[in-house]
Amino acid sequence: MSRKIRHNAMGIKLDRRNFLKGTALGLTASALPTKQADAGFLDAFFQEHFREMSKEEIEEVLTRLEKEYTEKYKKNVSVQATPHMPGVVFGYGLDLSRCIGCRRCVYACVGENNQSRDPQIHWISVLRFKKGEKWSDLEQSDKYYNPAVVPEPGYFYMPVQCQQCKNPPCVRACPTQATWKDPDGIVVVDYNWCIGCRYCMAACPYGARRFNWGAPKVPNEEFNPNTHYLGNRPRYKGVVEKCTFCVQRSRAGKYPACVEICPVGARKFGNLLDPNSEIRYSIENKRVFRLKEELNTHPKFYYFFAT
Amino acid sequence: MSVFRNVANIAKQLVIGDKYYYMWLGFLGFFIFLGLVAYVQQLYEGLIVTAMRDQVSWGLYISNFTFLVGVAAAAVVLVVPAYLYNFKAIKEIAILGEMLAVTAVTLCILFIMVDLGQPTRVWHILPFIGAMNFPSSLLAWDVVVLNGYLIINLTIFLYILYRLAMGKEYSMQVIGPLIILSIPWAVGIHTVTAFLYNGLAARPFWNASILAPRFLASAFCSGPAIMLILFQIIRKVSRIDVKDEAIFKIAELIAYAMCINIFLLGAELFKEFYSGTTHMAHVQYLYFGLHGSTSLVPWMWWATILNVAALLLFLNPRTRENFLTLNAGCIFILIGVYIEKGMGLIVPGFVPGALGEIYDYSPTNTEILVTIGIWAFGALFYTLLLKFAIPIYTGELRFRNKEAPPVRERFEERLTAEEELPPKEVYVD
Repeated sequence: MSRKIRHNAMGIKLDRRNFLKGTALGLTASALPTKQADAGFLDAFFQEHFREMSKEEIEEVLTRLEKEYTEKYKKNVSVQATPHMPGVVFGYGLDLSRCIGCRRCVYACVGENNQSRDPQIHWISVLRFKKGEKWSDLEQSDKYYNPAVVPEPGYFYMPVQCQQCKNPPCVRACPTQATWKDPDGIVVVDYNWCIGCRYCMAACPYGARRFNWGAPKVPNEEFNPNTHYLGNRPRYKGVVEKCTFCVQRSRAGKYPACVEICPVGARKFGNLLDPNSEIRYSIENKRVFRLKEELNTHPKFYYFFAT
Repeated sequence: MSVFRNVANIAKQLVIGDKYYYMWLGFLGFFIFLGLVAYVQQLYEGLIVTAMRDQVSWGLYISNFTFLVGVAAAAVVLVVPAYLYNFKAIKEIAILGEMLAVTAVTLCILFIMVDLGQPTRVWHILPFIGAMNFPSSLLAWDVVVLNGYLIINLTIFLYILYRLAMGKEYSMQVIGPLIILSIPWAVGIHTVTAFLYNGLAARPFWNASILAPRFLASAFCSGPAIMLILFQIIRKVSRIDVKDEAIFKIAELIAYAMCINIFLLGAELFKEFYSGTTHMAHVQYLYFGLHGSTSLVPWMWWATILNVAALLLFLNPRTRENFLTLNAGCIFILIGVYIEKGMGLIVPGFVPGALGEIYDYSPTNTEILVTIGIWAFGALFYTLLLKFAIPIYTGELRFRNKEAPPVRERFEERLTAEEELPPKEVYVD
């Protein structure tokens, strides 16, 4: 029994070789700050909280990051900090009767938002349920289904991602105000301010937040150079990230990548304050529900059945 | 000049010792080194070297943190009777409890530090220079109350030692208010830590209002149990005398605390299993396993058995006042509460996860080594505190002070006084 709990989940054994490697790596790591003690490193260390910076200071940070990323990914990277548009609150609709569980949204999201490929990070989880069985508490769901063809007879699918709550428990939990809700309703993270305590992950009822357990890796050729400071710019090891409704796209008047890719049109997106928007049409004409409504988080992510 | 000499005097105290003392330091140093190496590797590669993942995002480190907050809080078990009721047998050793509180809070801070993904940014959590999310985030509250508790106990401890080292009595007028403050504060650190989990509606296992009372009850078992063992060691290796009377009194307190602890746990289990809602899944995972995942089950049953056995040992005055059964009971409690309030509390909060996923967490070698390293550091820290606190306390070590008699004279005076006089009140209020 004692052996069982000590069993190493990852199969890493600390033998002499790894031990020495660790020591050597550690010494290198502790030497790094002095080696890289150029302006960039110190600027990053002393960088202020995003919302406390002036326009000029933000410009400076964006320029520094663009230079850094351009060198790293060998591409002309732009880092925007486009603010919210007045009179806009984004809402999302998902038609469960249409979703076929193909996970194209998952991978479109990864490509657009520069999630780490190794270790693999997905912002969208597609849950599969057996028809006719209990499903509202999600415990019977399967996230790792892998059939040759979808949809499978006898099953239905429910994609879950950040629900952009009006009353987000994660924002309340964060001890450093590194995550907050912008006026257009998008909950964002400042990757330069997050200390990686993961309290927000414990607080999220939708399992929507992801942590960079290792250094994120994105191949240069797959890197999307059109980035937003609060969205798809490269992340650091040891910080939390999450879906932002593709803030770099939605604030530029485009659909999020998952909406655009969906082959069956299950995903709807738009301005909740605009009576003529697609999302308003769905809310007014379908029978919508939201996940875990009893928790009073008021998601801006509406599920419905069109047929 | 004299400041230097005094500091040097104390520093010298830390390196003087017999063969066993050096062996003990070497033993601890070895594990601290291993822990440090493991931590540096974790720092370099990221928390991916742990078994924590998005599904179970807190593990062994936060489990230890939770357990140690309880140990720190339980120092009040000594402070309350010692200073409020003037129970002399305990009063003379209350300072040992305060040192334990200081050590435990230090370890809590270390366990939080090693759990952070970006430890160099920890200043972001501080008020003024960072962006502390106070009063909204319970973690911000925890930073405030834990550091406050550290400062209060450190002040009491250093003040008493400083006065004694100067050859003077300590004034209750100076530390009295601090001691009074430390009592609700101790309850506060543990309540806030319980609320840290309790406040998360996303995790039904923690979202039970019985959590804070349970935390306090188990803290008043585990903290005093550690102290009972430490007292027996201290009175064996030093000149400090801890009376049997004090030890049995504390053991009696443990018995009451364990009764309440088991009762509260039973109340929680009844509610979960009898109402049988979907929220039951977490407790079911903990005690019976869920969908074939049973990694915590044997541990929880052992914890339950040990806690009940300890309760029986401490309830019966005959076994409570027999050192063999007393010590067995202490060890049972330490293991039982460590499991119940460590991994048994943190992991089932995440299993099944928010989206129903079951991830069987069991710590990696890196996590285990770092954890052992921190505990070894704690033992070293407490040893070194004792090493200069005990001689000051017994009067063997004094600052050079013109007003007070020279060291040797004071020492001899104390020695004869102790031999001739039965339990005497050395330090009056």
